[in-house]
Amino acid sequence: MLENIDLSLVNWSRAQFALTAMFHWLFVPLTLGLSFIIAFMETIYVKTGDQEWKRITKFWMKLFGINFAIGVATGIILEFEFGTNWSNYSWFVGDIFGAPLAIEGIMAFFMESTFIAVMFFGWGKVSKRFHLTATWLTAAGANLSALWILVANAWMQNPVGMKFNPETARNEMENFWDVFLSPTAVTKFLHTTTSGYVLASLFVVGISSWFLIKKRHVLFAKRSIVIAAIFGLVSSVMLVATGDGSARDVAKTQPMKFAAMESLYEGQTQAPLIAIGLFGKEHDDPMNRDSDQEFLVKIEIPNMLSYLAFLEVDAFVPGIKDLVLGNEQHNIMSYKEKIKRGYEAQQTLKAFKEAKGVDEAEYERLKAKFDDKEWVENYFKYFGYGNYYDPNPEQLELNAFKIVPPISLSFYAFHIMVILGGHFMLLFMVILWLVYRKKLESNKLVLYTALWTIPLAYIASQAGWIVAEVGRQPWVIQDLMPTMTAVSKIDTSSVMITFWLFTITFVALAIAEVKIMVKQIKNGPKEGGHN
Amino acid sequence: MFGELSHLALQQYWWIIVSLLGALLVFLMFVQGGQTLIYTIGKTSMERTMLVNTLGRKWEFTFTTLVTFGGAFFASFPLFYSTSFGGAYWVWMLILFAFVIQAIAYEFRSRPNNVFGPRTYETFLLINGLLGTILIGTAVATFFTGSAFTVNEMNQSQWELSSHGLEAALNLHNLSLGLAVFFLARVLGLLYFMNSINHVDVFTRAKKHLIYNGIPFLVFFLTFVIWLFVRDGFAVNPYTQEVYLEPYKYFKNMVEMPIVFILFLIGVVGVLLGLGAGILRRDCTKGIWAAGGGTVLTVFSLLLIAGFNNTSFYPSTYDLQSSLTIQNASSSHFTLTAMSYVSLLVPFVFAYIWYVWKAMNNKPIDEDEMKSEDLHVY
Repeated sequence: MLENIDLSLVNWSRAQFALTAMFHWLFVPLTLGLSFIIAFMETIYVKTGDQEWKRITKFWMKLFGINFAIGVATGIILEFEFGTNWSNYSWFVGDIFGAPLAIEGIMAFFMESTFIAVMFFGWGKVSKRFHLTATWLTAAGANLSALWILVANAWMQNPVGMKFNPETARNEMENFWDVFLSPTAVTKFLHTTTSGYVLASLFVVGISSWFLIKKRHVLFAKRSIVIAAIFGLVSSVMLVATGDGSARDVAKTQPMKFAAMESLYEGQTQAPLIAIGLFGKEHDDPMNRDSDQEFLVKIEIPNMLSYLAFLEVDAFVPGIKDLVLGNEQHNIMSYKEKIKRGYEAQQTLKAFKEAKGVDEAEYERLKAKFDDKEWVENYFKYFGYGNYYDPNPEQLELNAFKIVPPISLSFYAFHIMVILGGHFMLLFMVILWLVYRKKLESNKLVLYTALWTIPLAYIASQAGWIVAEVGRQPWVIQDLMPTMTAVSKIDTSSVMITFWLFTITFVALAIAEVKIMVKQIKNGPKEGGHN
Repeated sequence: MFGELSHLALQQYWWIIVSLLGALLVFLMFVQGGQTLIYTIGKTSMERTMLVNTLGRKWEFTFTTLVTFGGAFFASFPLFYSTSFGGAYWVWMLILFAFVIQAIAYEFRSRPNNVFGPRTYETFLLINGLLGTILIGTAVATFFTGSAFTVNEMNQSQWELSSHGLEAALNLHNLSLGLAVFFLARVLGLLYFMNSINHVDVFTRAKKHLIYNGIPFLVFFLTFVIWLFVRDGFAVNPYTQEVYLEPYKYFKNMVEMPIVFILFLIGVVGVLLGLGAGILRRDCTKGIWAAGGGTVLTVFSLLLIAGFNNTSFYPSTYDLQSSLTIQNASSSHFTLTAMSYVSLLVPFVFAYIWYVWKAMNNKPIDEDEMKSEDLHVY
């Protein structure tokens, strides 16, 4: 079955989506967090009437505007690409995925776009309180947008609340609340938005530190740092807590991703967590039952992985090979078996379609299977694995090893994210301590560290999404739809052209954005007009 | 409430919502129309700044309506989304690029150090105004003229022409709607300038250009509508779901749904009234409301005859039986029900948009405002 797939089309389509998503995610976290930071600042202005707070608010608002525009520009591309490049996906899951997207438009985007106009153009046109309300509603709108798209993403990682309808050959929603409130959706939303708050706080702290280094706008910088560092520290704590919850959810719903994040080939009880690791020679290509990972450097925390995943030090954490080859002792079904069952589910659907209008009894018999909970739980659940079927057992095993995500990318992205997350929390604590001791201005090391942490925040943020999206490969919908079957049937050359067009556009936009942003920052709050 | 409705009733309800969003989108394209007139109407730098700023405060409504229109279509009729977007790749990609460059153009245009200079960003606005209107009009026209695709028994679609949607722009009937939308957007843009900018020269020039754009609009619009009413339409047998060509189908839809026909006629009269008042009455600043309201009703009624009364809203000329109808392309009963509850928020959305619009447009833009240090100016 795999030989029927045009891999170059799949890879170019993936590359285009990854490019767009990663570029979009450069701007979104700042929007999510900065909108709240601005709202805090304006609230203080309205409460105190202190013009300095208005100046502070307007400076950050200007940077927010520049960043927001490019976030909007790239967001629409993702919406279009679901259809243009992933049309089979759009049909297979449109009944579930489309709904959050539409709700996002109705609930969040209109709120955001209506009140952002008041935020920017309403000074002096509407009352102070109305303006402040608009600023808060813009922040709420931005974060609500994130909610719905993350609910949709979480459903792809952990599909729940739906039933497959063989007539329409798609998944249909059965329970909205199961989709909306699934633990994966809740932790994903909290973890992602708080990561945005941390990034925005680091952005404000870093730029303000630069002003302190330059000894310019000192009051402005110190006030900005206090607001952002408090918000950043609170958000960091939440980030760690939700990250912990997220890891546990992954261990339960996507054990292969979890194993890849830790490069765990052989499952074990009392599994240690690799705190820092550096790979030696890569595993064999293609991966097989003898593959293993060689480490040059490895610092481990004993028992921690078992505890992190299942809150028990003695818990068994399945490794990559346990999942692919199965582990009877720990009751883990092999991918090979899942492939066979998925293949049977696919053949049942095919036979059902062929029986339609030809053999009514057979048609009804097969239809009943899709209503039979036991069959659904034992066969349809593995529907997507069927694409890896091969009658030859040796080839089937090799195919099973293809259902393993890229290990090194998942591993490094996960560890970079975690290590940097720790650094951010520590930095906020140190800064607040120095502010309390009135020693921040004189501590150049911390100020420079804060400045250089801005790019690290972006790296951590991107790494987080790499873990989430690369780690779940080859699935676009976990266990149900492999990425390779989700693509639109278009010419690879068309996707190549649009890929390069997007690349050129993004590079041009990024250069313009950075140069405009840097200029506005250098101008500082005093020259905060439109000149 | 919604849960008790039949699947067909929900499909109709969502076709009405999608049609309404589409109609509002065409009205809000006054932003795109205005963008193509910045150098025609603005002769000085200050005049151009006023034009850009008055549009710049509204572009996000158009953009958001487009995104919501797409999202609502995806959610309610996913087979359309997968078939059209995945097939007519190039048309949608061109529309997409036209909107991507618009989204940054306003914010970046007047910022110092913007790398490419203000003219580049103004060109982006021009491209968006040109391509955005013509291509969306062309794409919507395929609801009546059809496209070359097939849908298999698994509901997976395939486009049968290697031009992947570009062929739509070569069909004269499609193009007549594309150009009608383009000139309509320019008419609406001019009427909006007259409404929202307090400047004698801008007003006079906008008034003068109404006639230059109003006449081509009428020519292309009438061409499209007359052609539509006399052509064969894609009818659906309600019992067998078989799709077949029926003479004068779209005109028959109007006659068989008299309320829709009345809405259509009121809409056309509204557009003509707004246009006429803008041209003939001396200090008319309200033409945008008659023309805008008329646009909404006209587009709304046209989209209703595309999907209602046993009609295929996205026909396939390659394989008639692959054609999409509101019944075979829709989401499940459950999803449409859940989303219908969310749609109850729409009146609230309209209410706050109206409130904010009023608060912000209370006083038309003038030169003093553009020089203000306190405001965000593009």
